[in-house]
Amino acid sequence: MNVLLGMGGSPDGFDALEETLARARQAGDDLTVAVLDTSDDYDVDDVAAKIRDRLDEAGVEADVHEFSGHPGSQLTQLAEREGFDRIVIGGGQRSPMGKIELGEVAEFVLLNADTTVTLVR
Amino acid sequence: MTGRTYPDDIVDSFPQPPLSLTDEEGRDIRIESGGMDDFDALVAMYDDFDPADRAQGIPPIKEGAIREWLDTLLAEGSLNVVARHDDRVVGHAILVPGHEDAYELAVFVLNDYQGAGIGTKLLEGLLGHGVSKGVQRVWLTVERWNEPAIALYEKLGFETSNAESFELEMSIRLG
Repeated sequence: MNVLLGMGGSPDGFDALEETLARARQAGDDLTVAVLDTSDDYDVDDVAAKIRDRLDEAGVEADVHEFSGHPGSQLTQLAEREGFDRIVIGGGQRSPMGKIELGEVAEFVLLNADTTVTLVR
Repeated sequence: MTGRTYPDDIVDSFPQPPLSLTDEEGRDIRIESGGMDDFDALVAMYDDFDPADRAQGIPPIKEGAIREWLDTLLAEGSLNVVARHDDRVVGHAILVPGHEDAYELAVFVLNDYQGAGIGTKLLEGLLGHGVSKGVQRVWLTVERWNEPAIALYEKLGFETSNAESFELEMSIRLG
């Protein structure tokens, strides 16, 4: 399967990366990672470097692309343009109470993607 | 979660626990502040909790995860109020501190005890407890389709603070 992982620098994105790597090894998926500008808290270049390190460590080959601009629309457009089979995104952050909060990007992608979306828990 | 807004008006008319009520089923219910002493009774309550009444991933389902979650809720700095029927805990309302001195609120009532006025009393008691501890800003999220809950929060003085996410966010300013 041709898989597109969309992530920023938040922990749920890196959890999604781990799940996606594990699956790619087992199933032989082709993996592309879109690094999205989701928050001022993270620098896209730094996040991309971290992802490349992790890919090297895991011995998985994947394209890593950086995107600026509206993260949700960047991701859904890329998936359609390149004909990906599946978009993978992180499953949200936890509030102080422990409630799962789906972010703006997840909501946009779930509602607007024409590609099947996997939300990683 | 930046830019959360709070109502201008302060609400300060909540009663402080302990409170008691005879619920609409004629059961005598006591509303009391809770803490680590209630840990086991709360584990039992959440073991009995109807999974259909979960919201945004809480309460957790497995007992280990319930215990871990309760450790956080009962930690110092959080405020807990419980509803007791005889020796059983049947309802639980919590304020957990987060960013900017604001507290996140949640309330859970066992299925058999819902719709009997217990949730309302629990929330009044929790907010009264909060006022007595100097809590000024409280927020919560609720599913958009959960109209009874939204109506209850509005009755207590909560106002919608963010309607642009999956869940509706509401807030109240206490005095």
